[in-house]
Amino acid sequence: MTSRKSVLVLGGSSDIGRAAARAFAKAGYDVGLAGRDVAVLEPDAADLRARYNIEVGLYRFDVLDTASFESFVGGLPALPDVVVSIVGLLGVQEKAESDLAHATMIMRSNYEGPSLILGLFAEKFLGRGNGTIVGVSSVAGDRGRASNYVYGSAKAGFSAFLSGLRARASRGGVHVVTVKPGFVRTKMTEGMKLIAPLTVEAPVVGDAILQAVESKTDVVYVSGKWRLVMLIIKTLPEAVFKKLKF
Amino acid sequence: MTLVSGWGRFPVVDSDVLRPRSFAAVGEAISAGTVARGNGRAYGDAAIGAARTVAMTGFDRVRWFDPATGRIRLEAGVLLSDLIETFGPRGFLPFVVPGTRFVSIGGAIAADVHGKNHHCEGGFGRYVESILLRTGQGEVIEASREQNSDAFFATIGGMGLTGIILEATMRLRPAKTGWIRERVISASDLDAAMRALDASDSATYSVAWIDCVARGKDLGRALIYLGEHAGKDELAAGAAAFPIGKDPGLRVPVDLPSMTLNRISIRAFNELYYRMGARRTGGSQVVSLYPYFFPLDSLKDWNRIYGKRGFLQHQCVIPEQGARAVLGDILERVARRGDASFLAVLKKLGQGDGILSFPLPGYTLALDFPLRGDILNFLDEIDRLVVAAGGRLYLAKDARQSRATFAAGYPALQRFNAIRKSLDPAGTIRSKLSQRLFDEV
Repeated sequence: MTSRKSVLVLGGSSDIGRAAARAFAKAGYDVGLAGRDVAVLEPDAADLRARYNIEVGLYRFDVLDTASFESFVGGLPALPDVVVSIVGLLGVQEKAESDLAHATMIMRSNYEGPSLILGLFAEKFLGRGNGTIVGVSSVAGDRGRASNYVYGSAKAGFSAFLSGLRARASRGGVHVVTVKPGFVRTKMTEGMKLIAPLTVEAPVVGDAILQAVESKTDVVYVSGKWRLVMLIIKTLPEAVFKKLKF
Repeated sequence: MTLVSGWGRFPVVDSDVLRPRSFAAVGEAISAGTVARGNGRAYGDAAIGAARTVAMTGFDRVRWFDPATGRIRLEAGVLLSDLIETFGPRGFLPFVVPGTRFVSIGGAIAADVHGKNHHCEGGFGRYVESILLRTGQGEVIEASREQNSDAFFATIGGMGLTGIILEATMRLRPAKTGWIRERVISASDLDAAMRALDASDSATYSVAWIDCVARGKDLGRALIYLGEHAGKDELAAGAAAFPIGKDPGLRVPVDLPSMTLNRISIRAFNELYYRMGARRTGGSQVVSLYPYFFPLDSLKDWNRIYGKRGFLQHQCVIPEQGARAVLGDILERVARRGDASFLAVLKKLGQGDGILSFPLPGYTLALDFPLRGDILNFLDEIDRLVVAAGGRLYLAKDARQSRATFAAGYPALQRFNAIRKSLDPAGTIRSKLSQRLFDEV
């Protein structure tokens, strides 16, 4: 048994997941990495052990398999101090407009699954009386845009869930962080035209997540510029907004 | 196709850039005219594929580390900065670091980069034990001094032309602190500078900054920076054993107009720099490894100082015998032009390790020139002096030398080409640099 703090990263093989795991490991946390394919996580686990001489556990987790959530949480060797959900799926908006299965998968991957699993951890943390929950949402959830509203609406739901959970859990000693990264250069955004001054690299997001946990921040826009951009976008009247091409 | 360039921002050329996520995908990405690219710090066209460039920075995992011996296995995209920050506090540093910490391990091997300790400790490749290489033929081989040794020695300094480096096992240097005990010597001219470097052969680190606008009796005046690893007892009270490498705070926000660097501004800067340095001579001071090894890294995007057209670095090495006369001649011509950069560097090198490694026993001089006017002709003129003296140019910094200059400087080229051919009979691995200098036309 170590006296070190521990973090569990759901979506550990994503670029942001890897970056977050590194940031916490560097700060001395033991790390759990959870993802659909444990074999894919092995090299990252080896990396964290070699770099930081910490304990790393690997767990199989599928965000669409909500029926498995209770046994997943119950099967962990110990309840972590921090749980971070990076799980999400951008999907293809055009496809989601006519393909119900695709739209469903986007909604479930970004809203249903992450909300349910974090809700479950919240119950456990409240029972223990402490813990931190981090949900990586998106600026896309701040307002639905023509170009990605299926994804955006799911993220909006997730952001609202986290906001409500925070209000309730804070009374029980549990802190909830909402992270809105903006554009991040990852495999999810590969090939997309990103606006360079608004784009960050995954390690910046990883560090921001750790920082938010340690400083008990509620809502983090990883690049401060996004807070302003989204404030403007959110306040545009609908009559104007619907004519804009985003 | 994407427009790609090196750190010097010349040439800018088209190449397909791929970012594979697995080693299997690296293999699939290789097609005719492919070369690997690390963090893009090669100055010219070395890390640009003839048709396709495979970006490797995503492969940044440490495979294993032995804290008892400092041996480490890494993916090729790990940056030296990452290695220093992660393992410095655990008591280990790379044996060899170049003037920037933002290079990848794969790039450091491919260019067999040298540091301020080459004269006594050799180049980066000396501390590499083995390399996992994806050859142009499609094989994945482990190469070391014992196994596939031809491929090993061709890959060290081979500019990525033997295949794509996937992983490497190397040794790190035990280091009690991340501080350097620095001593500055001022030299009033080239003779004094070369004497000071010769007299410092036993110093672990040595390098000279040369005022390349000084002329006449001041020609080649220099500040020589010597360094040794500092012990814990030498640190100021309360100082951390390992200083933090801050992200570059200052950055060059825009491309500066090319007029910024002119005779007057460079002369003024150099005068000030020389005088300030000369004031620090005498005793020694303990400085963080970051400013000591990587003075330019504190200024992010410093390549923009040279304006949008970019710049050329000319780094040659001249064999010890007769070096004084040739270096004097080069510096005289450079001083007469007056537009070389304020960062001219002179240092001594030892024997290189790879078949195509740049270093040879002698003196290396590195100069930056903004790309304008007749600079290409001028550098051809300098090359003739280098070739006549039996010297050569550093491929990691080159963007313009001729085939004749290259062939004259690298007599082991035929042997290298034979090994390259055996690893890649179809000639799949090709960079813009290899098209310019190596490949049969």
